[in-house]
Formats: sequence, C-alpha cells, structure tokens
Amino acid sequence: MSSEASPAAAAPIETDAVIIGAGPVGLFAVFELGLVDIKAHIIDILDKPGGQCAELYPEKPIYDIPALPTVTGQELTDRLLEQIKPFGAELHLNERVDALKRLPDGRFSLITDAGTEFITKVVVIAAGGGSFTPKRPPLPGIENFEGHSVFYSVRRIEAMRDKNVLIVGGGDSALDWTLALQPVAKSVTLLHRRDDFRAAPHSVEKMRQLVETGDVRLMIGQVSSIEGEGNQLKAATVKSKEGEERIDVDAMLPFFGLTMKLGPVADWGLHLTENLIPVDTEKFETSEQGIFAVGDINTYPGKLKLILSGFHEVALMAQQAHKYVHPEKKLLFQYTTSSSNLQKKLGVS
Amino acid sequence: MPAPLIWKALPRAMPKITFIQPDGSQQAVDSDVGITLMEAAKIHDVPGIDAECGGACACATCHVYVDEPWQDKTGTPNPMEEDMLDFAFDVRDSSRLSCQIKLTPELDGLVVHVPAKQF
Ligand SMILES: Cc1cc2nc3c(=O)[nH]c(=O)nc-3n(C[C@H](O)[C@H](O)[C@H](O)COP(=O)(O)OP(=O)(O)OC[C@H]3O[C@@H](n4cnc5c(N)ncnc54)[C@H](O)[C@@H]3O)c2cc1C
Repeated sequence: MSSEASPAAAAPIETDAVIIGAGPVGLFAVFELGLVDIKAHIIDILDKPGGQCAELYPEKPIYDIPALPTVTGQELTDRLLEQIKPFGAELHLNERVDALKRLPDGRFSLITDAGTEFITKVVVIAAGGGSFTPKRPPLPGIENFEGHSVFYSVRRIEAMRDKNVLIVGGGDSALDWTLALQPVAKSVTLLHRRDDFRAAPHSVEKMRQLVETGDVRLMIGQVSSIEGEGNQLKAATVKSKEGEERIDVDAMLPFFGLTMKLGPVADWGLHLTENLIPVDTEKFETSEQGIFAVGDINTYPGKLKLILSGFHEVALMAQQAHKYVHPEKKLLFQYTTSSSNLQKKLGVS
Repeated sequence: MPAPLIWKALPRAMPKITFIQPDGSQQAVDSDVGITLMEAAKIHDVPGIDAECGGACACATCHVYVDEPWQDKTGTPNPMEEDMLDFAFDVRDSSRLSCQIKLTPELDGLVVHVPAKQF
C-alpha cells in the first residue's frame, strides 16, 4: 500500500472501482468487492486509514461489532486492514477527491487535490460525515486571511521565512510546527490555553528549551481577536490571566483539531437530502448508475449510522457492482467457509 | 406526617436545568437523572449544543460554562475532558463538556451558559 501523491502530469490510474473514504465501511468495501473480483483503489484525505474510528476515538471501545464483544476504534481499523490485505487495494492517503464526472464511455473520472486522476468503472462513496477538515477558530474576519496569512497546514517552510509566526494549540501539530519554523521565522510565539501539552513529551521538552533560550515565546492564553489589511494579518490580541496583549503577527497557524465537512461530495451532481446521499436498500446505488453510497454518508428509510449497517450495505453493493464490472459473468452465491474459489482469493487455500 | 412535606425536603427526582443563551434568553428543562447534561440539552432541542461525537468526549462541541454557584457541585474536568477542551474556543475556568456531567438529584436548579460558538 502506498500513500505517495502522484505528480499532476502522471497517466490516470485505471481500475474497476474507486472507494472514496477509508473509514471502516470503505475498508470493508475492499473485502466485499474483492470477493467478486473487483479491484479497488481507496482514497482518503486523512494521513491514516480508519475514518472516525482512527481519528476521533482510536482508544475508545466499541461494543456493538458482531462477535467482537469489545474492540477499540484503532483495533477495528487494524483488523480490517489485516482482513483486506489479500486484495492488495492501493490506499491513497492525504488526498481529497475533488472532482467526479462520467466519461463518454460510461466510466468515471475522479481527480484529487494532488492532481491524481482515476478512471474507473464504478465509484463507491464511503465518505462518512464528509472529509475531515481543520477547525476554523470563530474569530471575526479570519476567512479573509486564510491561505495568505492564516494557515491550517504548511506546504513550504520557506514561506514562513522572516515572518512573525503565531502558532495556536497544544498538540503535536502545534509543537511540531513550532520546532520546524523556529529556525526560519523571524519570531515564533506558541500560544496555548494552559501550560500543559498533549504533544509528544520529547517535542514539549525541546520547545521548553527554546523558550528558555529566548528563541520561542510561550504564551498561556487565547486569541480574542485578530486584525489586518486585505488578506494580510497584522496583529492578534491575546487574552490571558494577566490581561490582554496585542502582538504583531504576519502568519497565524491555528491547530484546533479536525471536524467533518461534507466538502466536494456536494459538487458532484448527486441528489442530496440534508447533506446525505439517498440510496435504495437493494444495491445502495445513488441517483447515478454506477455510483454507490455506503456507510454514514447515505440515507434510506430506517438508516442507522452504525458500522454494522455499513458492513451489510457493502455486501449488497458489491453484487450490483459486479454486474457493471463483469457484465459477462454470472455471480454465484458462495460462502467463504466452503468455496475453494473464494478461499483462493483470500490466500487461505 | 403529610407526604408533601417530605417531597419538599427531598431533591426533585427530575432536576430542573436552565440553559442561558449568549443573548440572555433562558430555557428551563425538566430532566431525568442518570443522563448527561448534553443528552438533556439534545432531548429538549437546546440550541448551541452540537455534540458532534454523540457524547464520547471526542469533539468538544458540547462546551458549556457552568454558572458560578454550581461549579463545586459539577466538579472539575477529568484529564481526558481537559485535553478535549483544548479543541474548544474561549475556554474559561467555568468550562465543561456537557457530555461529561451526569445529572443527579443534587443538580436540581443547575444553571449553565451556552457559548457564542462551538467552532
Ligand atoms: C465517538 C464516536 C463513537 C462511536 N461509537 C460507535 C459504536 O460504538 N458503534 C458503531 O457502530 N458506530 C459508532 N460510531 C459511528 C461510527 O464511527 C461511524 O458509523 C463509522 O465511522 C462510519 O464509517 P464510514 O466508513 O461510513 O465513514 P467515516 O468513518 O466517517 O470515514 C469517512 C472517511 O471518508 C473521508 N472522506 C470524505 N470525503 C472525502 C473526499 N472527498 N476525499 C477523500 N476522503 C474523503 C473522510 O476523511 C473519512 O476518513 C461512533 C462515532 C463516534 C464519533
């Protein structure tokens, strides 16, 4: 499995199926498609597979996965990855699917924000609650600065050279960027609401050394307002126990975690009901033939947003997908327990 | 002894909770005991309590400010909650995640303030 983004000019990747979203349901879709000889690529904006389970609650136990009385979000993800290994689906991480359109030959083209293009016979949308996106602090006017002087990730360290940088947060992202930008920036101020950090202890220790030597300024407080001109941030007002202080800021990096936003899924011309994709309950197909929606992203009468429901949905979806990908073949219903054919695919016979 | 007197002396079995919105408007709800403050807010459609993660202390979108006189009774955030509060906006000493406050008869009369934004 690889996570490298392909360069924009690379040839499109041709495949049977593309799964959008590597949450538990997207991962299990690899399995059910694999059993019916459909090769899949799977794409997720996150830097790891597992969707909500891995991002929001890796250490919390789930109690309603059949036959697993208790399993944590991360364990479930790891077990799914183990289970789908035989099918060799390629996992494309750190990539968001931005565009999806039908080609004249009936197949689909998908393009990611990294410029990778996929040409595929069927599309499985397993986008959950939408793509994970950084939380935007509710500071009036912040959207004017985004992408110019307010950043939720840094693509090029050089862009921060000789800038007064304000980093807000207390987790690994905040600490990692404090350490990475300190050598190039004019000044780095790390602002956190308490003098206690969730980040890895060794980065916290490094940060504290830089504070001691005067190379990083640590402030305990919160941003109460920001100001600037056009798209250029100029200053931030920091509220702390000692009172308010206005500091010069050329660039601000807020790290307040991620939230799920529907994102590009809304732009693909599919019918939506309250940000969910309506599907039938026989094939879990959307308003577009060949595009399926499974897991938390879909809706139908009686829908429950449970992992268990998503697993059921992908099994039925795969039956219909088989008709599109292998129209010439008749699908026989088989058990993994007794079918030597399925066992060969699973690498167990 | 007439029963009503005993009833008065005992805490109510259905604690009354008052949510105060940033604009000052108030909503008082009768809640069951044993559920969380977040659940009480959701059941009564109190605006401004998002609770995206459904009460697993995994999102910080059910942030509230506990009214000063009640802070002793509701207690302080546990370490996991304190970590999650890092993802909330305008955190104060009175900040709690409402999914981490279990409603008991002793919390009858509790007053909490809903923040202007949950992010
Ligand atoms: C705290 C918490 C506890 C829970 N407990 C339980 C429980 O006990 N039992 C249970 O059954 N369920 C539970 N759930 C719900 C369960 O996690 C979800 O039902 C499940 O994660 C849905 O899986 P999914 O694969 O459909 O979507 P998700 O897990 O949401 O994954 C979707 C993925 O798609 C990606 N994505 C979306 N759009 C794009 C795009 N355009 N390009 C690239 N990637 C994209 C997202 O980044 C995300 O990683 C819980 C949820 C939470 C938050």
